[in-house]
Amino acid sequence: MPRSYVVDDPQKGVFLLDREVHMSDEILREEMRKIFAKCWIYVGHASELKKPGDFVTRKVAGRPVIFVRNQKGEVDVHFNTCRHRGALVCADRKGNARRFFCVYHGWIYGNGGELQRVPGDEAYTDAFDQGELALKKPAKIDNYRDFYFMSLNPNIEPLKDYLGKATDYIDLVVEQSPSAQMEVLPGTQEYDVGANWKLMVENSVDDYHLPSTHATWLNFMANSGVKVEPPKEKGLVLPTKGWAIELGNGHFTTDNVNFRGRPVAAWIPLYGEDAKEEMAEMKAELVQRLGQERADRVASTNRNLVIFPNLVINDGSSVTIRTFFPDGANKMQVTAWALGPVEESENARARRLDAFLTFYGPGGFATPDDVEALELVQQGLANWEDDRWSEMSRGMGREGEQLNSDEHHLRIFWRHWDKMMGAE
Amino acid sequence: MSQKVTRAEVEDFLFHEAALLDEWHLDEWQKLLTDDAHYLIPPNDDLDGDYRKSLFIIADDRERIRQRIIRALDPNCHAEHPKSRTQRLVGNVRILSQDGDNVEVAANYICYRYRRYERIGQYVGNYRYKLVRRAASFLIKEKKIVIQANELGQLGSVSIIL
Repeated sequence: MPRSYVVDDPQKGVFLLDREVHMSDEILREEMRKIFAKCWIYVGHASELKKPGDFVTRKVAGRPVIFVRNQKGEVDVHFNTCRHRGALVCADRKGNARRFFCVYHGWIYGNGGELQRVPGDEAYTDAFDQGELALKKPAKIDNYRDFYFMSLNPNIEPLKDYLGKATDYIDLVVEQSPSAQMEVLPGTQEYDVGANWKLMVENSVDDYHLPSTHATWLNFMANSGVKVEPPKEKGLVLPTKGWAIELGNGHFTTDNVNFRGRPVAAWIPLYGEDAKEEMAEMKAELVQRLGQERADRVASTNRNLVIFPNLVINDGSSVTIRTFFPDGANKMQVTAWALGPVEESENARARRLDAFLTFYGPGGFATPDDVEALELVQQGLANWEDDRWSEMSRGMGREGEQLNSDEHHLRIFWRHWDKMMGAE
Repeated sequence: MSQKVTRAEVEDFLFHEAALLDEWHLDEWQKLLTDDAHYLIPPNDDLDGDYRKSLFIIADDRERIRQRIIRALDPNCHAEHPKSRTQRLVGNVRILSQDGDNVEVAANYICYRYRRYERIGQYVGNYRYKLVRRAASFLIKEKKIVIQANELGQLGSVSIIL
């Protein structure tokens, strides 16, 4: 009987989470094996690699990789590890290179990964097969609409099947561009949070926390002419209605009626009077291209999407790609990028970036308070052995549609996580 | 022709500014700004970027600075409640150029940030100021802050005014 970390009783309306999941190094080691080595993990966006030879190096699922566009123009992922004695073959953060050169003994690889040169290769026997010594790759590499993922699991289903209904929500992002091309903007936000990585999953979609954690952001919005009325309907905590939606395979999203403005294309006073006309044109373009209903869907709803286990796409005040990875049970490293349509005007781009910073990021008016809240959780959990369970039953009795401010979607995550951890 | 600005004058101003920030006299600090002031922290991987094209850590205009201070002083600003204790050292002050009343200044800084239960935050980098001479002192037209680290990393957030 595998161990379970949740008490899940829908009949009684009870859902409890064992706080050990945020504290234990042993559980973290198991997560590496049972979650991060089993799932599709986000690597990067095709727009980061514009020309052949463009590369970025980063860690994905804890593995140093080179995300590169090879000479044939194909996007590729190599392990950043020399086949000879294991050194990183590329120390640069990003650049353009035909070849990667291992500084230790001078082995040279093409940007397609092939081993091109071994200094003094006459010293090897016939058993040495240079053709077999290309840079290794993760077991699987695939993309959905320019979002590239890798998996260390050779038996995993195709990415599109894995993403399930989450593809609908990625489509809603991509459709913001008239040419269906989004690009990652320059400037990466990389910051650590002193909390277990799964707390960021919860926080990214937990709309229950908004009024309390982000009181100062709501105040800022009010000061900027965005009136945030208290909700009229029973059970709501936000001024507009929002739902929590299960997407399969542990993925889920919030799906909220917009009140906070959207760069494509819902004007709020914060953007300034000058922006009104251009944003009306952007909306008209959406209507012309997608029809009224779909255009409203793209422009007038906000969505915080979680792709299990560690990719978040916040499609709200701006579009954020955010991923995070544990560095110990009590710490994570977060990386966040802004995403925008390639054809965006200079003013629209500036508005998008400005809107991003009103809420998100280490200097934003909201993210620092999220970081604080998660760190307070991690600190409080030091009592876990004597105060063992987190109470996560909010909204459990609700029939039919589930609210963004309940914990339905958080339970989706935990049930899926618990199932994967229970598997051998 | 304006009189040539001396480094001592600039240092007096920067040290005064540093003291206001360390002491959380943010409303006093605001009085040092011009009406069109900017407060900028570029991303660690695009230090020379333009905030209209690149995702900065902070890119505030004057109104946003005002809002930032309202937020920072609000007890509901959880990231700064209780408030960080900070101590900064400003040095290597250089006057880069002077054009009439407009003076460009570079300086280095170390800012230590202390909070209960947390690691010491050590923000290290350089300031680039656009100052405007006013009466016996200066106003800040732009303060651009480079955090000299490959990534923000364990510094986490920038919820103080750096």
